[in-house]
Amino acid sequence: MRPIATTRMAAGIPTGRLAIWWVVASEIVIFGGLLVSYIMHRLAKPEWGDHAANTNVWIGGFNTFVLLTSSLSAVLAHKAAVNGDGPKAAKLLYATCFGACTFVVVKALEWNMEISHGFTISSNTFWSFYYTAAGLHGLHVIAGAIIMLIIAETAKKNLELHRVELIGIYWHFVDIVWIFLFPLLYIAK
Amino acid sequence: MAESIPADAMHAHDDHHHTEQSIWSKYVFSTDHKMIAMQYMFTGMAMALIGGFMAYAFRMQLAFPGIDVPGYGTVTASDYNALVTNHGTIMIFWVAMPVLIAAFGNYLIPLMVGCDDMVFPRLNRLSYQIFLLSAIVLIASFFVPGGGFGGAWTAYPPLSAKSQYSLTALGSSFWLVAVALEFTAFLLGGINFVTTAMNARAPGMKIFDIPIVVWMIVVASILFMSSVGPLIAGAVMLFMDQNVGTAFFDPDKGGDPILWQHLFWFFGHPEVYVVLLPAMGITAEIMCVFARKKMFAYKTFLYTTFATGILSFTVWAHHQFVAGIDPRMANIFTVTTLLISIPIAEMCFIYIATLYGGSIRLTTPMLWALAFVAEFLIGGVTGIFLGASGADIYFHDTYFVLAHFHYTFFPIAIIGTFAGFTYWFPKMFGKMMNDTLGKIHFWGTIIPFNFIFIPLFVLGAAGQHRRIYNYEHFPELAGVEMQDMRVLATVSMLVMLVFQLVFFYNCFISWKKKQKDAGKNPWKANTLEWTTDSPPPHGNWPELPTVYRGPYEYSVPGREEDYFPQNVPD
Ligand code: HEM
Ligand SMILES: [Cu+2]
Repeated sequence: MRPIATTRMAAGIPTGRLAIWWVVASEIVIFGGLLVSYIMHRLAKPEWGDHAANTNVWIGGFNTFVLLTSSLSAVLAHKAAVNGDGPKAAKLLYATCFGACTFVVVKALEWNMEISHGFTISSNTFWSFYYTAAGLHGLHVIAGAIIMLIIAETAKKNLELHRVELIGIYWHFVDIVWIFLFPLLYIAK
Repeated sequence: MAESIPADAMHAHDDHHHTEQSIWSKYVFSTDHKMIAMQYMFTGMAMALIGGFMAYAFRMQLAFPGIDVPGYGTVTASDYNALVTNHGTIMIFWVAMPVLIAAFGNYLIPLMVGCDDMVFPRLNRLSYQIFLLSAIVLIASFFVPGGGFGGAWTAYPPLSAKSQYSLTALGSSFWLVAVALEFTAFLLGGINFVTTAMNARAPGMKIFDIPIVVWMIVVASILFMSSVGPLIAGAVMLFMDQNVGTAFFDPDKGGDPILWQHLFWFFGHPEVYVVLLPAMGITAEIMCVFARKKMFAYKTFLYTTFATGILSFTVWAHHQFVAGIDPRMANIFTVTTLLISIPIAEMCFIYIATLYGGSIRLTTPMLWALAFVAEFLIGGVTGIFLGASGADIYFHDTYFVLAHFHYTFFPIAIIGTFAGFTYWFPKMFGKMMNDTLGKIHFWGTIIPFNFIFIPLFVLGAAGQHRRIYNYEHFPELAGVEMQDMRVLATVSMLVMLVFQLVFFYNCFISWKKKQKDAGKNPWKANTLEWTTDSPPPHGNWPELPTVYRGPYEYSVPGREEDYFPQNVPD
C-alpha cells in the first residue's frame, strides 16, 4: 500500500516531475563545475588549442547528430505516451536506445584511435579533461539507456506511462551536456 | 504513480498499518520515515562518539606531548594527522548533516506538514543505505595499509593527490570515496525533503503555514544540491589524479592545485549554512513554544534565509586570502563576507524580538535554544575579523580560525542537536526526559565548551599555528603560559565528555519508563506533530489532519488556552 503522501499534489506539479528536475539540477551543477574549471584553464592557456587540434571534429559532429536524433525520438515517445499509446512509446524509446548505443560505440572507436596516437588521459591536463568530461557524459548516456529500456518494458504494457516523460527530460539533459562538450572540446582550437 | 487521484481520496482503504512486520523489515529495511530518521539519528550519534574519541586522543597529545593516551596509546605524528582530518570530516559530514538534516528532516517533515510518509519512501531508504555504506568506508580507511588519510578535512592537493607526499595511498582514496558516497546520499535525501514539503502538505496548509524548521531544511537541501556539484566533479578529478594519473591538480602537466581550493570552498562555505539553517529552524520552533509567543516576522525570517543562501555563494574565496589570489579579488570577497553577516545578525535579532515580552519557560530545550544563539553570536562575530582580508593574513591557519568555527559548528551540531532532541524526545519515544538531569547536562556541556575554546582564541591571537603535532618543536610557541592554556582546553574537554554520560543516562532512564508518559502534546505546542500519539503510529495519524492556520498562534487574545493548534477549526 502506497503512502497517501505519494498521491498528493499540493504544489500543482506532479511529484515525479519535481524529482526529475531535482536530479537534472544537481547534474547541471556537477557538469557545470567540471566545465567551468575547464573553461578557466582554456582562457588562461592558449596552448591548449594545439592539443584540441588533435581531436576529430567529424566524429564528434556525427555523434552530435546521433544524440540529437535520439532526443527527437524521445520527444515522439512522450507524445505517444500522452496519447496513451504505450507500445508505440516503447518502440520510440528503443529507437532512442539505439542512438545511445551508436553514440557509445563510436565514442569507443574514437578513443581507441586517440589512445593509439599517444593521447592518453595522463598526457597532460587538456587530455585529462577531455577523457574525464566525455567519460562522465558517456556514463550518463549508458545509465540513461538502461533506465530507458526498463521504462520501455513497462510502457509496452501501457503501465506507468508518465515515466516516459521523465526519462525524456533526463535524456534532453544528457543531450544538452554534449551540446556544450562538443564545441568546448572539439571545435575551440 | 497515481498522481491524478485527489489527495486523501484513499483514506478509506488506508490499511498499511495492519500488516505484521518482521524485525528486518521493521528496523533495517523499513521505508517508514520515522524509522529512517532514527537510523540516521543513531548512526550520527555513534559517529559523534567516534569523532569525539578522536578529539580526545589528539587533544591529549597537544596538552601532554608524547604521553601514552589512556584508551588510545601513543599518538604518532601520522596518527595525529589522520585523527584531526577525520575528526573534522566526521563531525561535519557524518554528524551535523545526518542528524540535523536527515534525522530531523525525515522525522519532522511528514509529521509537520501532515502526511503519512515521504513521497519517495524507497528512495529514502536507499539514501540511508548509501549513507551507512559511506560511514563504513570512512571507518575502513583507518585499517587499510598506510592508515587513514591525514591531509586535513579540506584535502588540498598536492598532499591529497600524491601518495608520495601523503603516504596514505589507499587511505586518501577511501576517504574521498566515503565523502562522495555521503554526498550522493544527501542528494537523494534532498529530493524527498523538497518534494514532500512542496507536494504532500495537508489540505489547508499554505506555504506560509509551513513551520520554519521545515522551511529551513528545505532551503538547506537546495543550497546543498546547488553547491555540491562542483565538488563532486572535483572529487572525481582528485580521485583520478590519485589513481589514474590524470593531471588536474598537477602543475607539472599543466594542472592547477588552487582549482581544488575553489571547488572545495565554493561548496564549503554554503555548506556551513546548510548545517546552520536546520539548527536555526529548530531554535525558532523551541523559542516560540517556550516564550508562548507568535514568531516575530516569520516572512522576514524566511526572506532573510533566501538572501543568506544566495549570498553564501559569493564569499568562498575568503578561505583563500593567503593562497595567492589577486589582492583586488580579496577586497571583493571581504565586502561580500561582511555583507553576509547582515542577514545572519538579522535572524538573531528576530529571535530576540520573538522572546521580547514572552512568558519564557526555561525548560531544558529552551536553555539549549538560548545557548545556541548566545554562543553562535561569538562565532559569527569572530568571522567578521577573519573576513577582513588584512586581518586574515595574520589570523589565517591559526587557532583563532579554529576557535571561530568551533563557536559556529559546536552550537549548530551539538547545541542545536540537543535542543531538538530534548524538545522532540517526548514525541519520538513517548516519555518525558528528566528535566533536572537535562539541566545538569546542559551546564556541564556549555561551561566546559567555553573553557575549551576561549583559550584557543587567545592562543590563536598569540600566533599558534593549526595542524601542528607537537609544539615543543617550536620554541616560540612552547612557553609555559601557552602550554597551560592548552592543558586548560584539554581538561575542559575531558570534563565536557564526562558530562555526556549524564545525557545517555537520562535517555536511558527516560526510555526505561521511569519517567511519566508524554501524552500527545506535553509542551502545548501548535504544530501538527503534536496532534498525534507519542510515538506516532505507522502512518502517523488514523485520519490525516487538515490545517486551518499558521504554526505560531500562541497567546491569541480572546482565547482561553494560550495555544491554538494548526488543525483545530476556528
Ligand atoms: C554559519 C556559521 C559558520 C560556520 C559553520 C563557519 C565555519 C567555518 C569553518 C569550518 C572555517 C575554517 C575552515 C578551515 O580552514 O578548516 C571558517 C573559516 C572562516 N570563516 Fe566561518 N563559519 C561561519 C560563519 C562565518 C561568518 C558569519 C563569517 C564572516 C562574517 C565567517 C568568516 C570566515 C572566514 C573569513 C574564514 C577563513 C579564515 C581563515 O582560514 O583564515 N564565518 N568558518
Ligand atoms: Cu567561509
